[in-house]
Amino acid sequence: MKILVAVKRVVDYAVKVRVRPDRTGLETANVKMSMNPFCEIAVEEALRLREAGAAAEVVAATIGPAQSADTLRTALAMGADRAVHVLHDPDPTRPLLPLAVAKILRAVTLQEKPGLVILGKQAIDDDCNQTGQMLAGLLQWPQGTFASKVLLDKEKQKATVEREVDGGIETICLDLPAVITTDLRLNQPRYATLPNIMKAKSKVIKKVTPEELNVDIRSDMEAIEVNEPPKRKAGVILSSVDELLDKLKNDARVL
Amino acid sequence: ASTLIVAEHEGGFVKPSSLSALVAAEAITKENRISVLLGGSGPALHKAADHAASSHPLVSEVLVADSEALAHPLAEPWAQLLHSVQQKGGYSHVIASSTSFGKNLLPRAAALLDVSPVTDVTAIKEPRVFVRPIYAGNVLCTVKYTGEDPCMMSIRSTSFSPATEAMSETKVAPITQVDLSFLSEGTIGKSTWVNLTSQDTERPDLANARVVVTGGRGLKSAENFKLLEQLAEKLGAAGLSFYQKVGATRAAVDAGYVPNDLQVGQTGKIVAPELYMAFGVSGAIQHLAGMRDSKVIVAVNKDADAPIFQVADYGLVADLFEVLDELLKKIPDKK
Repeated sequence: MKILVAVKRVVDYAVKVRVRPDRTGLETANVKMSMNPFCEIAVEEALRLREAGAAAEVVAATIGPAQSADTLRTALAMGADRAVHVLHDPDPTRPLLPLAVAKILRAVTLQEKPGLVILGKQAIDDDCNQTGQMLAGLLQWPQGTFASKVLLDKEKQKATVEREVDGGIETICLDLPAVITTDLRLNQPRYATLPNIMKAKSKVIKKVTPEELNVDIRSDMEAIEVNEPPKRKAGVILSSVDELLDKLKNDARVL
Repeated sequence: ASTLIVAEHEGGFVKPSSLSALVAAEAITKENRISVLLGGSGPALHKAADHAASSHPLVSEVLVADSEALAHPLAEPWAQLLHSVQQKGGYSHVIASSTSFGKNLLPRAAALLDVSPVTDVTAIKEPRVFVRPIYAGNVLCTVKYTGEDPCMMSIRSTSFSPATEAMSETKVAPITQVDLSFLSEGTIGKSTWVNLTSQDTERPDLANARVVVTGGRGLKSAENFKLLEQLAEKLGAAGLSFYQKVGATRAAVDAGYVPNDLQVGQTGKIVAPELYMAFGVSGAIQHLAGMRDSKVIVAVNKDADAPIFQVADYGLVADLFEVLDELLKKIPDKK
């Protein structure tokens, strides 16, 4: 069985993003970019399933401009076997929406025919949390979102997924092929070692365009402006518990 | 405008997060005609339908989908249900809450309807113009939906608090059964629900608590989180009703001190209580994303440079265990 993993290049999680003065977007020039942390977890899970003998090949895919190849190289350096790069130069005012991404991934899925697609549950830039669910819906495949544990049964062609939900941990069972999206506690992604980074350079990245995949990427959403959230007014450092209790009682009136 | 609300229910009542969706529907327009969709099976479903029928003056009908296939929150049958109800009703808007149920279901249904949903709406400016947080809440983005009907969105319930007197005693909307003949085909059966393990079912969900006492890795053990529980209970009893709950940082959950459903942050629970007390929480941006809209924030941390102090109204640079001990002694047991 083959596993397809979708990965996204995003502003590094440690970077504090700034709104451009004209409020049309964010300052992204010279900002450190990395693989979305949830996608790293997705790659790691696919690799572990392959190492456990549940899968034979791991294919990484991304959609984006030429620089997105860096993210695919990271996936290959972690251990993915090969990669698919869907080239797309986004219009900054109309970024690619999850629905378009899901349609492109459906096309890649129909070409690659994996038994399982693993994605991060959300990207830490737009925080949409939509793509995996949409891909599953478009393919009419079952979905296991926000996974914290995945067990594959090769014989029965089933995946048992533990999911992090509002009320605790939910367990569901999916017929393969299926779509799984990763939560934080699914695994601890490995670092790429230097020999593996070198090895990754000779692995194959296949390039295609949305047009070649015959996918319509029209957008039905417009970003009007971006703003910084209102700042909280500066608080005070108190010197004692008594002072705190007094403030909570008499100023904040919550006691 | 006509709006379909995908509601959740528990114990025969519509969940508070879904009542927030009604508030959001009213914010779209006061002339909104609201249909509330409830699914599941058994007597609790029908009791919840009665609750929904009188939950808001704008509710014009309650749609009940009674089937074993919908008894559990599986996305596959639910997305088909939503797709079918939307095709029949032609609503201009569809709203769900940003709960794990809503987040799992709404995008799948949107893909079936070939529209882009808006995630985590925190404000409605015009019927199709919304504000939503991106980059862990460090940026607020205003978006306009320009596509076909329906305009689908998930809302942050903390941004649309229902007024306590929203119940309309006089107006009771009619309750209709949804035709479920479509459920026999398609993806149903490709997924099965096994179980839900929950550690704390008695207390309200973290997202709705009015007092949240949170601990970070500094708490050092699961045992010590009991101290936070005691404090939460005392604070609730002393002031703000019994709607209180303990929360945690990702580090504390990863360390195994508390279960995952207590995590507050960008990808965990979003809370906005009257009082948020953080013990041993450093204040990573991912954590701040989940609590920055709290009314009053108190932070206790040994490290005076911890970023949590930048958002706290009241800070104590001190040993959290000493402060906890003193608070537990000094807060009266009853008002």
